[in-house]
Amino acid sequence: MSCVESTNGRRFAGVRSTANGHASEIASITHAAALRWTIRLRRETGAALVIAIGKIAISLLSAFAIVYFRFPFKGFFFWAIFVTLMLPVEVRIMPTYKVVSDLGMLNSFAGLTIPLIASATATFLFRQFFLTVPEELVEAARMDGAGPMRFFKDVLLPLSKTSIAALFVIQFIYGWNQYLWPLLATTSEDMYPVVIGIKRMIAGGDAANEWNVVMATALLAMLPPALVVVLMQRWFVKGLVDTEK
Amino acid sequence: MAAISISNVVKRYGAGARTNQVIHGVDAEIADGEFVVIVGPSGCGKSTLLRMVAGLEEISGGEIAIGGRVVNDIEPSQRDIAMVFQNYALYPHMSVFDNMAYGLKIKKVPLGEIKTRVDKAAKILELGALLARKPRELSGGQRQRVAMGRAIVRQPQVFLFDEPLSNLDAKLRAQTRLEIQKLHQELGVTSLFVTHDQVEAMTLAQRMIVMNAGRMEQIGTPDEVYQRPATTFVAGFIGSPPMNLLKGVADGSRFTVGGQTLSLPGSAPRAGEMILGLRPEHTGLSRNGAAGWPLRVEMIEMLGAERLVYGRVGDALFTVRVDGTLVPPELDDSVSLQMAPEHLHWFDPTTLQRVAAKT
Repeated sequence: MSCVESTNGRRFAGVRSTANGHASEIASITHAAALRWTIRLRRETGAALVIAIGKIAISLLSAFAIVYFRFPFKGFFFWAIFVTLMLPVEVRIMPTYKVVSDLGMLNSFAGLTIPLIASATATFLFRQFFLTVPEELVEAARMDGAGPMRFFKDVLLPLSKTSIAALFVIQFIYGWNQYLWPLLATTSEDMYPVVIGIKRMIAGGDAANEWNVVMATALLAMLPPALVVVLMQRWFVKGLVDTEK
Repeated sequence: MAAISISNVVKRYGAGARTNQVIHGVDAEIADGEFVVIVGPSGCGKSTLLRMVAGLEEISGGEIAIGGRVVNDIEPSQRDIAMVFQNYALYPHMSVFDNMAYGLKIKKVPLGEIKTRVDKAAKILELGALLARKPRELSGGQRQRVAMGRAIVRQPQVFLFDEPLSNLDAKLRAQTRLEIQKLHQELGVTSLFVTHDQVEAMTLAQRMIVMNAGRMEQIGTPDEVYQRPATTFVAGFIGSPPMNLLKGVADGSRFTVGGQTLSLPGSAPRAGEMILGLRPEHTGLSRNGAAGWPLRVEMIEMLGAERLVYGRVGDALFTVRVDGTLVPPELDDSVSLQMAPEHLHWFDPTTLQRVAAKT
């Protein structure tokens, strides 16, 4: 990846160098930029992974609690989670920003990922799936002496693996495509995710845009989600259509 | 192996004014190694009772002891029991072997021991060739056997069966019934078996508990239950077609039903309002005007080996079973019914309890 971009960068550096005579200086700057892009891509893949895996882990556990345990105000908690489904991210973004900034998490990896992990949608989907798991299976596990976590690990997780795969694909792409939140939660340039980076490459005003570089970066930015979809495709479809239990 | 003792067990759902009591004080002693069937119509509380023994339902009152140990507050897995569920409840993602071994793995039984036990159970149930398969690759009968295998490998003190045959087709059910019986003879483990099917109950039980509306109506051997039903409910529930029950007034050897006076082969145990029970198979039917109760034939059903003749005695519907090979009566024929005195069952019309016949 870095290779492609750095060649591109150098060629342009070359064109420019004839114009202003700072060839080596600019070349080294663009090389550093390429390196930064690589790091950025890698970090953002990490962030999308953390968001997707975090979302799945949290919502699996909360759905497990809501379906299989009796605790006070259970109905209230379920509805509280459910109601957040009705509020889009944009509506909650100011309070979320306040919380994250109070916690000093702005401009950090944690600030980029943790607020996006809570997921009512995934919780709700897993809850619906758990409700279709026959009651007798829980009872059989109890007779076999499996405690709640053992049942979760040995029975529920394997049963929900196709749903997990489908959700992973959806959530990875969701995490990857985040725009508004990173725009707010980050101020330093090297924390910007790729999508914002692309936007910033398109200069306003009279400056000429290096469309080839923008396009190449956009292509690169598409690679990780495309890879995830291609690799997970079979599972993804299975998770969406599978009724076998 | 262990005896089960159920004393004054009560089950209530909800609390306060909305309490819904579904089991009203059941008492039963089940001996070590005995095969007891709990039978009753749907909603009578038979499954709830079994699930309380299993520990899947809380016991609201009374006490259940397994092998002398009160188990009211003991987790199902600690009660040394194994249960076969109606829909088998096999873990869909595990192979047959893993399904059977799962409970043992949790108990941390050494792997070698698990293998021997599973292989042994698989041999008894002829599952040897299927151990690597997943439940969805098995037929209904095979799944049922895996569910039994899972119970066997645990080597429990007590087997609990919750209608394990009701998802099988008729032929397989009869076959599995025999297998369960054979298994019980081999292993001799105390077993509680819940069913709504009286044929299963009669064939499998050493003793049976007949339940209705959360109460135990009768406990006894299939013979006792059939020969001497304790209540009108048992009389109507066990036996197919059910016993004819005539409500009328008895006076010596006369019995009046809906304005029609019948003469009895013996005398009633007491005079006054009584319910008289007579099984369709214990009633003789003759067409040549012999003495007996008159009956006008309203309907005839042919079942192969036998025919059911329906008519009316007094104001009550009456069924007679006749041999299928005999020349049947025609519709609207007038026939007469004969019965032996020992086949008359008497019940009290208010308590619905059996009243002993005069000897």
